[in-house]
Amino acid sequence: MSGKKGNTSDSRKNRSDEQTMRDVQREDAPVLKIEHMSISFTQYDRGMHQTSLPVIRDLDVEVHGGEMVAVVGSSGSGKSLLAHGVMGVLPYNADMGGRITYCGEELAKERIKKLRGREIVLVPQSIAYLNPLMKIGPQIRRGSKATEARKKLRGIFRRYELDAGVEELYPFELSGGMNRRVLISTALMEEPKLVIADEPTPGLDLAVAKRAMAHFRELADMGAGVLVITHDLELALEVADRIAVFYAGTTVEEASVQDFEHEETLRHPYTKALWRAMPRHGFQYIEGTQPYVKNLPTGCSFAPRCPHCGAECAGEIDYRIVRGGKVRCIRAE
Amino acid sequence: MKLEIKNVSYRYTSKGRQILKDFSLSMENTERVGLTAPSGYGKTTLCQLLSGYLKPNQGEILLDGRPLDSYQGYCPVQMVWQQPEFAVNPRLPLGEAIKEGDEIEERVIRGLGIEPDWFGRFPTELSGGELQRFSLARALGKRTRFLIADEISTMLDLITQSQIWHFLVEEVEKRQIGLIAVSHNPELIDRVCTRKIDLRLLDEKNR
Repeated sequence: MSGKKGNTSDSRKNRSDEQTMRDVQREDAPVLKIEHMSISFTQYDRGMHQTSLPVIRDLDVEVHGGEMVAVVGSSGSGKSLLAHGVMGVLPYNADMGGRITYCGEELAKERIKKLRGREIVLVPQSIAYLNPLMKIGPQIRRGSKATEARKKLRGIFRRYELDAGVEELYPFELSGGMNRRVLISTALMEEPKLVIADEPTPGLDLAVAKRAMAHFRELADMGAGVLVITHDLELALEVADRIAVFYAGTTVEEASVQDFEHEETLRHPYTKALWRAMPRHGFQYIEGTQPYVKNLPTGCSFAPRCPHCGAECAGEIDYRIVRGGKVRCIRAE
Repeated sequence: MKLEIKNVSYRYTSKGRQILKDFSLSMENTERVGLTAPSGYGKTTLCQLLSGYLKPNQGEILLDGRPLDSYQGYCPVQMVWQQPEFAVNPRLPLGEAIKEGDEIEERVIRGLGIEPDWFGRFPTELSGGELQRFSLARALGKRTRFLIADEISTMLDLITQSQIWHFLVEEVEKRQIGLIAVSHNPELIDRVCTRKIDLRLLDEKNR
């Protein structure tokens, strides 16, 4: 969160011209479209020997205006990198492939620099993303002392039941749940068209988590595209329109929320395993862990844990449409 | 063995909010107690008091009838924190974090699904869920008699959550370790615990 000033009226005017152009395009184009995204890291192995670590291999997801899509995946599957990839804030040793389009136009490096923090906002995963040496109020206002900004912030705080005194506190002085609400507040300072929320709710109690999700829902209902990255399938099911299930670097299934009412309407064996692991559906688990990116199996990455796995699962597996959703499994029908 | 909190009151600063007031709770090492309350009710504070990280302003915390702070060396009440990224030394590989525990058994490490490859990696190179497995293993040392789990599975996916809780319940039952589980998820508490406590209700009774 930088404290840069100098957003003159000139640049604001240019932006609104651009905006009208884009509004025309938006009618049919999704706000965000990610195709075949891949992200890999270059690491030093031994001495000067470098290796490449493919964390995301093949990720597809689409978010339309007014829609809330949740990318749900296991911890350690590289979900956060998806957000960082879109925002252009990947670390220097990361390499991104594939295509990202925003409102029908390719989202290049220069473009995201202009848009992030204004039209495209990221709500980060951890309070570690806040500046620990800056008070909450100025931090969210990005140093602006304008009465308007102050008023707006106070309104947002009221919405999240945060005391006005919180503005004068440092991040370490807040409880876990309060910190989270502060992070969500940062997204609402501008009027964003695309909100990417990276794990917005862990550590919030159920009521507040639902309310936080409801606020993202509100943003979607106001016309913004909302992409929520989460491991919390149960919560996502309550508010999202569609769920993209992410496993070991790939999206294995894209399904509507209604498909999750019964196990039979789901398509991929991993999604079904997730469904059965919910406390209300039996709390059953399957053995094993998600494969580490260094030793991914060829073909289907879920194969080692899959009860229906056969020889043909080792080949290339297409992401295809089955019963109105998408699935990356040759056996789904 | 019994873990008791007797009439404990706590506030962080002398003028600060009264977080716990005249709070009492007692549990056996064969119990699994689930604690629920909304954010800001002092759940984490209570966990810290119970595991000796904080000292109460008033009242006492007894383990087996003796004050908790009279135990020298390894604390038999171990806490696992909500955010594992702040609970491990960022400058040491995770193999070292395990050594901070009390002779951690191979069985525990395997049971939690920790891969041998992770030992040489630094905390920034692992995800929250992977780090949490290390924090759990570290807390399950030989002399641990009570385990305080403060929202340990909020960052885990459903399958991992189920895996870890199945392992933990089996482990604490076998070793007769008392468990306090703090969670926002009532369905999870129902699955895991033998007794439920809502801090809100206790609070009202005290008033």
